[in-house]
Amino acid sequence: MAEQLFYFLIYPGLLFAAVIGALLSWYDRKVTAWVQFRKGPPLLQPFYDFFKLLLVKETILPKYGSKGVFLSAPIFAVFGATIAGVFILLPLLGVETGFKGDIIVIFYLLTIPSLTYIIGALASGNPLAAIGGSREMKLILSYELTFLLVLAGIIQKAGMTISFSEIISIQTLNGAFAGSISGIILFIVFVFCIQAKLALVPFDAPEAETEIADGIMIEYSGTPYAMIKLAKYIMFFILPAFLIGLLWKGLNFEGINILWSILKILFVVLLLTLIRNTNPRVKIKQAIRYFVVWMNLLAIIAIVLSYFGL
Amino acid sequence: MGFKELCFKKSLWLFHFGGASCNNCDIEILDCLTPRFDVERFGMLLVGSVRHADVLLVNGSINKRDKSRLLEIYEQAPKPILVVAIGACGCTGGIFAEGNTFAGPVDKIIPVDAYIPGCPPKPEAILAGVVKLLNK
Repeated sequence: MAEQLFYFLIYPGLLFAAVIGALLSWYDRKVTAWVQFRKGPPLLQPFYDFFKLLLVKETILPKYGSKGVFLSAPIFAVFGATIAGVFILLPLLGVETGFKGDIIVIFYLLTIPSLTYIIGALASGNPLAAIGGSREMKLILSYELTFLLVLAGIIQKAGMTISFSEIISIQTLNGAFAGSISGIILFIVFVFCIQAKLALVPFDAPEAETEIADGIMIEYSGTPYAMIKLAKYIMFFILPAFLIGLLWKGLNFEGINILWSILKILFVVLLLTLIRNTNPRVKIKQAIRYFVVWMNLLAIIAIVLSYFGL
Repeated sequence: MGFKELCFKKSLWLFHFGGASCNNCDIEILDCLTPRFDVERFGMLLVGSVRHADVLLVNGSINKRDKSRLLEIYEQAPKPILVVAIGACGCTGGIFAEGNTFAGPVDKIIPVDAYIPGCPPKPEAILAGVVKLLNK
């Protein structure tokens, strides 16, 4: 029991994932600043933001809305992100092997933060939040199928095993999946799925700042918004880590391999940041078409290619 | 300086309220976010919702219609919130001070923490005002 609590709260759960995720979000903002020839925020900026929201700011409850649901949704978001993080990071960091079929569990747990954002937004009773919530719902409906197809392709490449640690060990024996044609296609599709899951710029219609004033987050202030920030930091670390585990051999912490593992994570986050900085926001209709038609097509092509061993 | 105060001063998020402005101050405020002046290095961000704001930037003359909206925005913002009046119109009323529809400079409606005069103030002046606000 004490061991599980340690896994959940400290390593590799809440504390570890949140600290690494906050540092990655600083890296994201710094790279954004470099792309725009700016100087960018200091290293501890995500921590200042988080503690300011948590300790200093007042929490305002909406007058017309369900207050209990509004306040509990961010807590569920943090729980969902943390549990998904524990199941991803335990096999990835080599602490424990996990159980059979954990990929399916992780797939469902990863949707919990987005679902709770929708619930919180609809409970706030704000019309702009309702627009954001409905957009997030459409976005989930469009990218989940693509995400599932990518997982199906990976499971097929791994010889029908649905255990995360076995997929990593198969790759350490036979080389990374991303080294083949179908693996590269799956990698690209997976990166776009992460982009939509994190609601980064081409697919940030649910929280469009300039258009619907932060959409699903519009009514959150103070401590609940700090919880949402925390869930976002955790997701910002565990989704690239999941991608690296599934397609790029996982992480290795022996000798010089530490540097290589860190560079892998920084590279995936750099990809996300560059996509974010070089694209405009798409309309929700365009985002749905992008996933339902083109990304699904790419994923199916990758599955067929991997069936022929390419 | 305590931990709470440090976190607050290191991460001021800005919300921009434009009254009946001639848009010069708006443009100069946006200049502060551009590569040349870059207020993000002090941890400042322009946010879309007043619920996330720590600093309310008010510019332009406040006329009778704007007054109720400014009050509403101020009441909806989570405390503590700092208010900065930008430009001659925001500080005193400027050339509109004698006007028929003028409802008073910003500090007659809500409490103001810093004044940045100028018509429009240069981005350097806005940054100097921000630094004074941080050292207050």
